[in-house]
Amino acid sequence: MSTTKKIAGAALAAALVTTLSACGGGDAKDKSAGTSDAPKSTTVTLVSHDSFNVTDTVLKEFEQQSGYTVKVLKSGDAGAALNQEILTKGSPRGDVFFGVDNTLLSRALDNGIFTPYEAKGLGEVKPEFQLDKEHRVTPIDSGDICVNYDKAYFADKKIAPPQTLDDLIKPEYKNLLVTENAATSSPGLGFLLASVGKYGDEGWKDYWSKLKANGVEVVDGWEQAYNERFSGSAGGKKAKGDRPLVVSYASSPPVEVLYAEPQPAEAPTGVATGTCFRQTEFAGLLKGAKNVEGGKALVDFLISKKFQEDMPLQMFVNPVTKDASLPELFTKHGVVVEKPTSVAPETIAKNREQWVKAWTSLVVK
Amino acid sequence: MAVPLAFFGLFFAYPVAAIVGRGLKTDAGWQFGRIGEVLARPDIADVLWFTTWQAFASTLLTLLIALPGAYVFARFEFPGKQLLRAVVTVPFVLPTVVVGTAFLALVGRGGLLDELVGVRLDTTVWAILLAHVFFNYAVVVRTVGGLWAQLDPRQEEAARVLGAGRFAAWRRVTLPALAPSVAAASLMVFLFTFSSFGVVLILGGPAYSTLEVEVYRQTAQLLDLSTAAVLTMVQFAALGGILAVHAWTVRKRETALRLVDPGRTTHRPRGWAQRTLLGGVLLTVALLIVAPLAVLVERSFDAPGGYGFGFYRALQEVGAGGGTFLVPPLEAIWNSLQYALAATAIALVIGGLAAAALTRRAGRFVRGFDALLMLPLGVSAVTVGFGFLITLDEPPLDLRTSWILVPLAQALVGVPFVVRTMLPVLRAVDGRLREAAAVLGASPLRAWREVDLPLVRRALLIAAGFAFAISLGEFGATVFIARPDRPTLPVAVARLLGRAGEMNYGQAMALSTILMLVCAVSLLVLERLRPDKTSGEF
Repeated sequence: MSTTKKIAGAALAAALVTTLSACGGGDAKDKSAGTSDAPKSTTVTLVSHDSFNVTDTVLKEFEQQSGYTVKVLKSGDAGAALNQEILTKGSPRGDVFFGVDNTLLSRALDNGIFTPYEAKGLGEVKPEFQLDKEHRVTPIDSGDICVNYDKAYFADKKIAPPQTLDDLIKPEYKNLLVTENAATSSPGLGFLLASVGKYGDEGWKDYWSKLKANGVEVVDGWEQAYNERFSGSAGGKKAKGDRPLVVSYASSPPVEVLYAEPQPAEAPTGVATGTCFRQTEFAGLLKGAKNVEGGKALVDFLISKKFQEDMPLQMFVNPVTKDASLPELFTKHGVVVEKPTSVAPETIAKNREQWVKAWTSLVVK
Repeated sequence: MAVPLAFFGLFFAYPVAAIVGRGLKTDAGWQFGRIGEVLARPDIADVLWFTTWQAFASTLLTLLIALPGAYVFARFEFPGKQLLRAVVTVPFVLPTVVVGTAFLALVGRGGLLDELVGVRLDTTVWAILLAHVFFNYAVVVRTVGGLWAQLDPRQEEAARVLGAGRFAAWRRVTLPALAPSVAAASLMVFLFTFSSFGVVLILGGPAYSTLEVEVYRQTAQLLDLSTAAVLTMVQFAALGGILAVHAWTVRKRETALRLVDPGRTTHRPRGWAQRTLLGGVLLTVALLIVAPLAVLVERSFDAPGGYGFGFYRALQEVGAGGGTFLVPPLEAIWNSLQYALAATAIALVIGGLAAAALTRRAGRFVRGFDALLMLPLGVSAVTVGFGFLITLDEPPLDLRTSWILVPLAQALVGVPFVVRTMLPVLRAVDGRLREAAAVLGASPLRAWREVDLPLVRRALLIAAGFAFAISLGEFGATVFIARPDRPTLPVAVARLLGRAGEMNYGQAMALSTILMLVCAVSLLVLERLRPDKTSGEF
C-alpha cells in the first residue's frame, strides 16, 4: 500500500468514525436503554406506514403521563411496512407495529412477528373487530372502502346514484366508474374483495366481466382515480375528471368538506353504501421488542379514548371502541355502513394472490 | 483499493447477496429450480419483453432526437449556449418522481397538450418513451458532443478535397471516429432506461411494468422473495452484458484520436441549412425539455385566489389537519442538503480511492472491479434496502434506523460518477512529476499535495458536483429508508402527491421547483468548473 493510499485510508476511517459517532449521538439513549440491566427504557418506538398520524398534543400528553418518549418510524405503504417487519422478525426496528389490516393479517400472524398481549381497555373494543382470539394483535381502527359518487352529476342527469354492486352493472351507469389496480392499491384490492364477498369465489369473475363490459376504467393508484379522474373531488374538478363514480372510502365526503375553503354546508360527494368492504387495522407488540413495557403502554394508548377520538380527523378512519364519539364532521357528512362485506382473513390469505392474478388478466390485460 | 472494496462488499454486495440468498434458499436447501419456474411464467416473460423493447425504443428515440443536438452543441457558437447546456442537463439529475409529474402536467389529463390540441398521452407508452428522452438527452449531448467538439474538422475537409462527397466524407471520416462514443452513450441510456422505475410507475399505469418495477412489487408488496431474487439475478445478467460491451467500446475509444481544442472547431451557423438545424434543435429543446420544466413552475404559482407564492408559503407549515409530515415540508430542503453533503463526502472518498487504484493497476481483475462499481446504477433500490434491513441489524452495524443509511445508499449511486469523471484526469497525471518532487526532497504527502492535488482538483470538484446533484435527486433508495421526521425533497414531493386536496398538489409543485433550482445552480457551477481539455464520460 502506498503512502498516499494509507493517508487517504486513514482520512476515510476518521471520516467514517466521525459520521458514525455523530449519527450514534441521537440514538445513544436507545442503545443504552436496550441493554437488559437498564432499569427502565425511556424511548418506545412505533413502526407504521406512511398514513399514520396523530395530533401532536395527544401524543405529548401520553409521553408526559407514561414517561416514555415515542419515536415513530414510517416505512412506505401498508404492505411494504409489514413486509419489512416480517423480514426483520426477531430483531425488529421498534417495539410496536401499527397498520396491519384484515387483508394482510394472516400473513403477519403466520409469520409470528407479534407477542400476545391483552391490552388494557380491550373490553371497550367492539367484539366484531376482535378477530384474533390470542390477542397477538389489537384492533385500532376501521374504515369502509366504498364507491363514492358525484352528487351534482346525478342531480343534473336526474338519475338516482347507484347504491349496490348490482347497480353498477346496469346500463344507466355505463362508462361512469373508475377504480384502482387491485394488484398495487389497497382500495383497489378492497373493491375486488367486496365483489368476492358478495358473489363468491367463482361468481366475482362473472361480475367483473359485466363490469368491464359496462366500461369500468382502471388506473394504478388512488391518487389518479380520485384526484384526476373523479368528477366530484376538488382535485378531479381542477383536472377536468369525467367519471362521476370512484372507488374510495366512506370517509371521503367529510374530507372533501374539511379541505374546502369555505367549507360547504353539504358534502359534494356521496357514498353507495351497498358497495362497501370493511377494513380493520391492527397493532401488535413486536417479538423481540427492546422495550416491552413501553410497547404495552403504547398499545393501551392506541385504544384509549383520547387516541380513538383523535384518529378520525388524522387518518380518516373510524374508532373501534364503544366509548369513543365521532367528530361532528363525520356525524354530519359521513355515512354509517350497515352491512359491509367482509371476507375471513384466512380465506383472503389463501386466495389473495390467485384472485389478484385472475383479476389482472381479466380486467387489465 | 481495499477501502472501496470493503465499502462495496459491506454496503452493496453483502446486503444484495443476502436478500437474493434469502429468496432462493429455504429449509430444504437452495431452490435453483425456481429460476426456471419464474422465467417460464407468462407474466414475467411479458415484463422482460416490455423492459427490453422499451429500453431499445427509448435508446433509439433518444439518439434520433439528441444526436442533432450533440452536433449543434459541438460545432455551433450561439448566445446562451452555456446556460442551455446546463438546462438540458437538469432533467438528468432530477428525481424521476418530478420528471413524472412534469410530464403528467404536460401530456396528462388537463395538461398543456390536452388543453391545446386535446391529446393525452398518459398511460400510453409514448409518455414513457418521451420522458426517457427528456431524461437522457444530456447523456448523448455530453458524451458524443464532447468528443465531436474535439474532432479535427480538417480531416473531413481533406477527404472532400480528395473527391469524396459531403455525406461520404462524413460517413468515412467522422462517423468512425464518433462511433465508439455513440455506442457508449447508447449503452448508458440503455442502462438507465432498462432499469427505469419512477417514470414507468407514474406514467405507465397498471398495464406497464419493467423488471425494476416488478422487483419492487414482488418484494415490497407481495413478499415473494424468490421471484424477486430471480428477477434481480436476471437484472444482474443483463447489466453484466451491458457493462461488458460498454467497457469494450470505452477501451476502443481510448485508442488515440487526434483531438483539438474545442474552441477551434466551433463557428457561428452559416447558410440556411445550418440555421434551420440550429432552429430545429432549439425548438426540440424548448418543447421537450424546457416546456415540462416550465409547466411545473407555472403550476407551483397557480394558487387558489390567483397567481402568487401561496403554495410556497404553505411549505413552511406542518400540513393543517392532513398532517403529511411531522415537520414543515420546507425542512426537507435542509435535510436534503445535509444528506447530499454526507453522501458526496463518502462518494468522493470511496470513488477517489477506487479511481486511484484503477489508474495504477491494470489487468482483468481491475477491469472487473471497474464494472463492479457500475452495478449499483442498475440494481433495484428496494433490493438494496431490504438487504440493508436483514444484514445491518447487529451492533456495531445496526444502522437500520440510523440516518447514515440514506447517504450510504446515495453514495453507492454517486461513486460510479466520481470514478468515471476522475479516471481520465488521473490517468493523465505524469508519474514522473511525482518522482521528480520526491527526488527534490518532498515527502510523499507534500508530493501528493503539490503535484496530484492541483491537477485533479477540478475533476474532484466536478465529481463532487455530480455526486451532490445525484444525491439531491435520488428517490428510490431514499424513499425506502428515509426517516419520517427527516424526509428529503424528492420524498416530500412524492408524499404530497399521494394525498388529496389542492393544497397538497400545489405544494408538491412548489417543492419540485425548488429542487429544480438547487439542481440547476449546482450544475451551472459545474459548467464553470468544467475543464476544456478533458472529456469525461458525462
